[in-house]
Amino acid sequence: MLNWMAWTWPTALFFIAIFSAMAVLTVIEIRHPGGAERKGVFGLTTTRGDRLFITLLGSAYIFLAWLGLFGQPLWIPLGLAIGWGVFCFRKV
Amino acid sequence: MKKQNQKAWFFVLPVLLLVAFNALIPMMTVVNYSVQETFGNNLFFWEGLGWFEKLLRSERFHAALGRQFMFTGMILAIEVPLGVIIALSMPRSGFWVPVCLVLMALPMLIPWNVVGAMWNIFTLPDIGLLGYLMNHVLGIDYNMTQDPFAAWATIIVMDVWHWTSLVVLLSYAGLVSIPEAYYQAARIDGASNWSVFRHIQLPKMKQVLTIAILLRFMDSFNIYTEPFVLTGGGPGNATTLLSIDLVKIALGQFDLGPAAAMSLIYFVITLFVSWLFYTLMTKDDE
Repeated sequence: MLNWMAWTWPTALFFIAIFSAMAVLTVIEIRHPGGAERKGVFGLTTTRGDRLFITLLGSAYIFLAWLGLFGQPLWIPLGLAIGWGVFCFRKV
Repeated sequence: MKKQNQKAWFFVLPVLLLVAFNALIPMMTVVNYSVQETFGNNLFFWEGLGWFEKLLRSERFHAALGRQFMFTGMILAIEVPLGVIIALSMPRSGFWVPVCLVLMALPMLIPWNVVGAMWNIFTLPDIGLLGYLMNHVLGIDYNMTQDPFAAWATIIVMDVWHWTSLVVLLSYAGLVSIPEAYYQAARIDGASNWSVFRHIQLPKMKQVLTIAILLRFMDSFNIYTEPFVLTGGGPGNATTLLSIDLVKIALGQFDLGPAAAMSLIYFVITLFVSWLFYTLMTKDDE
């Protein structure tokens, strides 16, 4: 039935990761409501969800920029993206 | 803390399901396609991130992206100020209000492909009203099927004609919501027209203008039908915007992999610009 969607394991894992992150955020939100709102280094008021969004969007740009400028392999941008994520959740 | 009634979520559920079927599932499929190659028959071969790499380095993509940003930048720079000026000069009460509103709404009621076809005929050099006027009455050499400048001018004017009304109607809605007392206070203080605009009307219009600019950005950045019907991306590649190029790759050449990679890059650009714009415009309100 899902043949036409042409699933592959890497893309499936990609979506599983994103949906798990959202599920984790939901669980945290139920335990500690309010979204841990704060004003970060860019002067933006962000919640946990905003920080996840900024992390993912930023990571997409990091990977695309690396692919365009240097090509594969992508270990260095992976490190950069993880660093960006840590920065977003700590400071933004 | 008071316990809130959470029933409303159930009413949103059908919409969520609908969005899942018409947006989320196709989107996931596009992600799957973007890392594979297919020759039809539902047979797919793993390609990894090769399409992204090729695309990000291709001249053709850079050119289409550049044209897309140019188009969107130009129409925003024209439509937003023009829309605000028209809204400011529209009557606030009386007989002419509904007349103006209906006239303004008319272009938006016309389907996109009809707009393209209309302007196509309108600009034909020998039989179109505008084309004939330009070529045979004013003596200006105007043929958008041959001259890239004419083609660009035509798609810009067409978009301005079609969509400035949206900015007008939204700005107008913001303007009529300003209580008369504000203007009275401004008059007593002897404020000039400019300071009334700058300190009363513009701040009151900010919310609706944010929505207007966002909608116009997304719509114009994803525009396909009108320029496709009007110029078909020509002459040459002069008006091949990103979406037209995307459809050429996806349906014309049936290169689903590169087309999927291109749509994803397209998507993250739209997402980022919209997010940035929305964040910046709403930042001060907090």
